[in-house]
Amino acid sequence: MALAHNIPFISIMITILAAVTSLLADKNRAARLCIGALTVVAFLSAILFAYLWQTGTSFTFSMGHFPAPWGNELQAGLFEALMALTFTVVMILSLVAGRERVVADIAPSRQGMYYLLCSLLTCSLLALIYTNDIFTAYVFVEINTLAACGIVAAKDTGETITATIRYLVMSLLGSGLILIAVSLLYAITGHLLMNDLLSSMTELAASGDYAMPCMVIMLFLAIGLAIKSALFPFHTWLPSAHGSATAASSAILSGIVLKGYIILLLKIFYRVFGLSFARDLRVADLLFVFGLLGMIMGSVFAVREKNLKHMLAYSSVAQVGYIFMGIGLSTDIGMVAACFHILAHAITKPLLFLAADGLMDVSGHSKNIFNMQGAARRNILAGIAFTIGALSMIGIPMFSGFVSKFYFVQGSFQNPDKMLVTLIVLALSTVLNAMYYLPVLVTLYLSNDEQSPHRHRQSANSRNYQSVMIIFILLNFILGMFYEPVIKALEQGLLMLGGAH
Amino acid sequence: MQLSSVELKLLRRFRKIYTIIAFLVSLAMAAVLLLTVFNLPAFGKAGNPAENEVIGRYIGKGLEETGAVNIVAAVILDYRAFDTLGETLVLFSALVAVIMLLKDEPGVFTRRYRERSQFEPEKDQIFRSVAALLIPCLLVFSIYIIVNGHLSAGGGFAGGAILGATFILYNIAYGIEKARRFLNEKSFLRFITAALLFYCIAKGYSFFTGGNHLPSVIPLGLPGSIFSGGLILPLNITVGIVVACVVYGAFCLFNRGGL
Amino acid sequence: MEFHLFTNYVEIAAVILFSVGFTTLLFHQNLMKKIIGFNIMDTAIFLFLAAKGYIAGRMAPILVEGANDPALYINPVPSALVLTGIVVSVSVTAFALALVLRLYERYGTLHLDEILYLTRGEHD
Repeated sequence: MALAHNIPFISIMITILAAVTSLLADKNRAARLCIGALTVVAFLSAILFAYLWQTGTSFTFSMGHFPAPWGNELQAGLFEALMALTFTVVMILSLVAGRERVVADIAPSRQGMYYLLCSLLTCSLLALIYTNDIFTAYVFVEINTLAACGIVAAKDTGETITATIRYLVMSLLGSGLILIAVSLLYAITGHLLMNDLLSSMTELAASGDYAMPCMVIMLFLAIGLAIKSALFPFHTWLPSAHGSATAASSAILSGIVLKGYIILLLKIFYRVFGLSFARDLRVADLLFVFGLLGMIMGSVFAVREKNLKHMLAYSSVAQVGYIFMGIGLSTDIGMVAACFHILAHAITKPLLFLAADGLMDVSGHSKNIFNMQGAARRNILAGIAFTIGALSMIGIPMFSGFVSKFYFVQGSFQNPDKMLVTLIVLALSTVLNAMYYLPVLVTLYLSNDEQSPHRHRQSANSRNYQSVMIIFILLNFILGMFYEPVIKALEQGLLMLGGAH
Repeated sequence: MQLSSVELKLLRRFRKIYTIIAFLVSLAMAAVLLLTVFNLPAFGKAGNPAENEVIGRYIGKGLEETGAVNIVAAVILDYRAFDTLGETLVLFSALVAVIMLLKDEPGVFTRRYRERSQFEPEKDQIFRSVAALLIPCLLVFSIYIIVNGHLSAGGGFAGGAILGATFILYNIAYGIEKARRFLNEKSFLRFITAALLFYCIAKGYSFFTGGNHLPSVIPLGLPGSIFSGGLILPLNITVGIVVACVVYGAFCLFNRGGL
Repeated sequence: MEFHLFTNYVEIAAVILFSVGFTTLLFHQNLMKKIIGFNIMDTAIFLFLAAKGYIAGRMAPILVEGANDPALYINPVPSALVLTGIVVSVSVTAFALALVLRLYERYGTLHLDEILYLTRGEHD
């Protein structure tokens, strides 16, 4: 048994220990503890990824002395390792760049708790990525919900607390659906571990027993997770929560927290129902329709929005629509494209939120686009970062967003029934994306408004903020230019997720 | 809040539509779930799908493998311990979030306290006498439930809740000043951190040895005696401490914004 | 494939309660009632799980002197799941109540529509 097999377990434990000890630490130590623990986890995840890449295997790690189906298990393959690596890196970068904003936005007595909740959030995301047990997944979904609501509510204004309660209510609806689906699943199979669920489900699919409960379980799981990842008709909580929180929280929530639930959904598709049975249940078609609607409606809402952060939040709704559309295509390339878009959006949206924060900083902290005229000239780095993020989201070649669109198109060719509508909506959505990002870019680069009280304000970005921006920009370029190994890793990872060792 | 008559009219119409939608959604939901339930295995029948080899081993070998007579305790603290670690972390994250939301800044002590103190019994003799009788019994009872978690019904969660309720009773009967003598903010945070750290390290040890197929050195003890069940007894005690602290801490924070 | 219309009455009660709780949580405008709805919903799931663990005529899964035949005891797994679920539900309720308390202190109302109306004026 290789030492690298312990990495998933150690990563989760490190974040838990960091969270628990933060309770006694003061605010600066809590921040250092959180970021330090995350750095170690990122480093370990990179080692795990390299190890799995080299050996081309996946493995399970039993949490305790009892093998499945009696004890809990973790499961790691290339897909899981890549997601864990991306999530921890994005988390570190967002926290480092958002540090000063956290100091300004959140009361000093709460900052320690803020970083504690960030550690817990990472712990729950890692557990969601690695777990091989559906009930464990439910428990960590709840930790994720509480921690995510906590980091929104940390900025203590009426707006954030109202946003948090809306977020919490919608999340609880999702949790309720997930929990009853898990209970039904247990009632008809008697298992909670994914491998055993998969074999039971395969038997049920072959015999045709419990067809109706299977359908309802899949539907409830999909809708429950879709509510939590803000798929279009269930997105109502997202703009206020992501739009009002402090910059680091917005970056983390939009960039990775939404994706954690999508990864769980993918695991349910691959490891609980089995891909062919999941496709037979037609729930993917429902997700496909919602995804297409989300791509258009998210952008339409964003076009009407004058508040920059709310606009970015609505853009997240559209991007989540893309991911679900890719899943709903029910083709292998579509699935890869969806996973690639998880990565692309995870490194682009935090960049946009953090750059928007830098731009608002030189515009008197107004979120309104009209007050930000010429902001990109006052804060040059944030301006460049925002431009690159926007171009990537529109889908200009050389940036990461283009690659995922390219693969979405390829994926749609495999499924002739859905090809035409996918292509039309993709084109429409690209135009709509350009319609809201380009006017913002023009406003940002207009010459300074002579009446503006902020026209002489200079940016005072810390060195940390600047280096994070540069790292994010480079990541975006790397993912946009040298995407082939990533695609290959995702393809192999998805095969491993489907059970091929 | 001032609303114009047009707005009010709109709001009322919106509410009416909303009620109808609510009704339809709940009906559809109930119908789908009822249909599902009709198709499920029969209630209380032996041989349903849920009764499989998993349960066979839990009950047949549970005592031998974990040393616990109470199989539910064996399942939550040994077989499926990762779930329970997550569960304790849910409690922890809720406590942290509640502290963050409700703890008053030092110095502004506190509007909430002033408003609420008028409803509290002040030196109520009957209440204090009853509490003086009840508290020792409750303490013994909760400790009994916690330490017998692996032998009979109960365990850290149930016992911890009773322990927390006992602290709350003491707090109400004798006032916060007296309660602070045994549990102030600092000791509260230290208790929770120590208990959770112990929990994580103990469970981390068993996950690590289990995952790497190493033998565990923790003895299981004589089945049926108090000191048996390997890690289950210490884990029940730590869980009890965490739950009691969370229950009591939540009460204090809701009541007056601080411990 | 049998159709258990009259045997699964406990589960029927559970899913009806679940729907009631779900609807309350989704559509009620009073935040306290939303939280009550959430608790009804979760309790209904616990009832469902408990019903699924029950096997007629068997004992609770606490071993009686030497007897470890699985045919003597009910299913212990749903009990464990219910225990976990209760703790999760309690924690979430505490957090939700804390949020509602903050909102009530700030706006003096528990009605979500009114709160949304009042917050609209606060930011640009």
